[in-house]
Amino acid sequence: MTAQTKIALPFDAERARSDFEILARKVYGKPLVYLDSGASAQKPRIVLDTMRDFAQSEYANVHRGVHFLSAAATDRYEAARRTVQKFLHAAREDEIVFTKGGTEAINLVSYSYLAPRFQPGDEIVLTVMEHHSNIVPWHFLRERAGAVLRWVDVRDDGSLDIEALDAAITPKTRLVAVTHMSNVLGTITPLKDIVARAHAKGVPVLADGCQGAVHEVVDVQALDIDFYAITGHKLYGPTGIGALYAKRSHLKAMRPFQGGGEMIREVAKDRISYADPPARFEAGTPPIIESIGLATALDYLSSFDRKAVAAHEHDLLTYARKQVGQFNWLRVIGDAPGKGAILSFEAEGMHAHDLATILDREGVAVRAGHHCAQVLMERFGVTSTSRASFALYNTRADVDALIAGLHKARGILV
Amino acid sequence: MDNALRELYQEVILDHSRHPRHHGVLDSATHKAEGYNPLCGDRVIVYLQLDQEGRVADIRFQGKGCAISQASASMMTEMLKGRSQAEAERLMSGFLNLVKGQDAPGLSEDDRETLNVMSGISAFPMRVKCATLAWHTYKNAVEEGKKEEGAT
Repeated sequence: MTAQTKIALPFDAERARSDFEILARKVYGKPLVYLDSGASAQKPRIVLDTMRDFAQSEYANVHRGVHFLSAAATDRYEAARRTVQKFLHAAREDEIVFTKGGTEAINLVSYSYLAPRFQPGDEIVLTVMEHHSNIVPWHFLRERAGAVLRWVDVRDDGSLDIEALDAAITPKTRLVAVTHMSNVLGTITPLKDIVARAHAKGVPVLADGCQGAVHEVVDVQALDIDFYAITGHKLYGPTGIGALYAKRSHLKAMRPFQGGGEMIREVAKDRISYADPPARFEAGTPPIIESIGLATALDYLSSFDRKAVAAHEHDLLTYARKQVGQFNWLRVIGDAPGKGAILSFEAEGMHAHDLATILDREGVAVRAGHHCAQVLMERFGVTSTSRASFALYNTRADVDALIAGLHKARGILV
Repeated sequence: MDNALRELYQEVILDHSRHPRHHGVLDSATHKAEGYNPLCGDRVIVYLQLDQEGRVADIRFQGKGCAISQASASMMTEMLKGRSQAEAERLMSGFLNLVKGQDAPGLSEDDRETLNVMSGISAFPMRVKCATLAWHTYKNAVEEGKKEEGAT
């Protein structure tokens, strides 16, 4: 028998690394060790080049002019939408709404989908590990429309208790809003199971995919999810662009968000009608150049075997986790099984900001603070943590630099 | 270690952060304010007992935070105790100048020497707010933190 076994090639991080020119720079005379991709990822050369090339050769406003460049730019913009559609495995391109980021995508659901049908006392289920962008829009509904927020706790290891989430869904629940991957704990939530349980009770689900879409392959149809929000700049794309996936049936029932050009069908002095989705939700001139950048970034990411990239990132996490596990002065926050490549911790006698300052002078960029997740900080009894987040371009040498920096900081502060 | 770091985390500062002076609640406080740094979530509460002329008769602080914010709060309490409002104002504006790397005219030699310990922060603009939190909270306590009679 000569059946060939397809062997996935190991992902070549060093080679990918050379696509990111910024990673070759130095800070304070030391090589940059960038471990803050969870806040914002660096951009590969092809993203920057494509944006500049587009601006230099095909740029005009979209959906307006009849002239050559406007048609070309419109084609590219709509092609970018199809790229996002494919990336998320959506059934239709008009289920993708471009936004300025993940935050705007979630706010769009809040203002246009939920608020108009909301009654005082209605409930929203969310977890304590949400980023503020998936908390504050629901607080608005609490303040303005009498929403009740039902918080689902995480276990001590940071994993989500699906039974607790299920139990929090009541006949008054109007939405389950949950992260796909925690930006602090790295916990990946069982979205498919969450959706199945919520749908069994007739409740739609929104996932904040700002971290999840970077590390996991997302198939919104397989998940049967109602809303999925992404942001470009964590996906190796530019800032100022993100997207909301929403089921066609939801989009058609949603009222406009912002008012302006592009989102109308007809405007008169005494009446107005609106464009069909997704244009209905894209008022004003959209981030055109950024949409091209986002599409290029998604193509770039998709050019790799995503499973191999995930395995590489997981190797970095495991490598780092094993070493810090030997420090009795360091407490890792978030050890959920199957978690993504984010390592948050607090170190005895070293405040996260002091630690980050000392690491910074070693060229090591980590995030210190509450990570826009203060509800989670409260859950774990801390005001801030240090966080190293790993991307496809990181290597074991980056982890080594982090560990060396931790020792150095301890030498100074403790 | 590079010089900027050595300057920032010098022994005096680490000593203050590990063993903060005047730490705790001041039951006899006439003024109180809470300061908050939304960047890192750190908090500090400053308690003041001002006498009839407005002199700082006693001062305490509570809070948790980074070495810089804790050391700054601790050093501030040492410097402010016994000072008149005019002197305290002068110290504060001098301190705010020093941590931004500017000259601080109008300080006595002794005060300048003491405050200079914190001037290393000027090389770390992202951390200046850590150093100034306690001082801004002190000012808030004086201006808006007068406690009601009988309140605790």
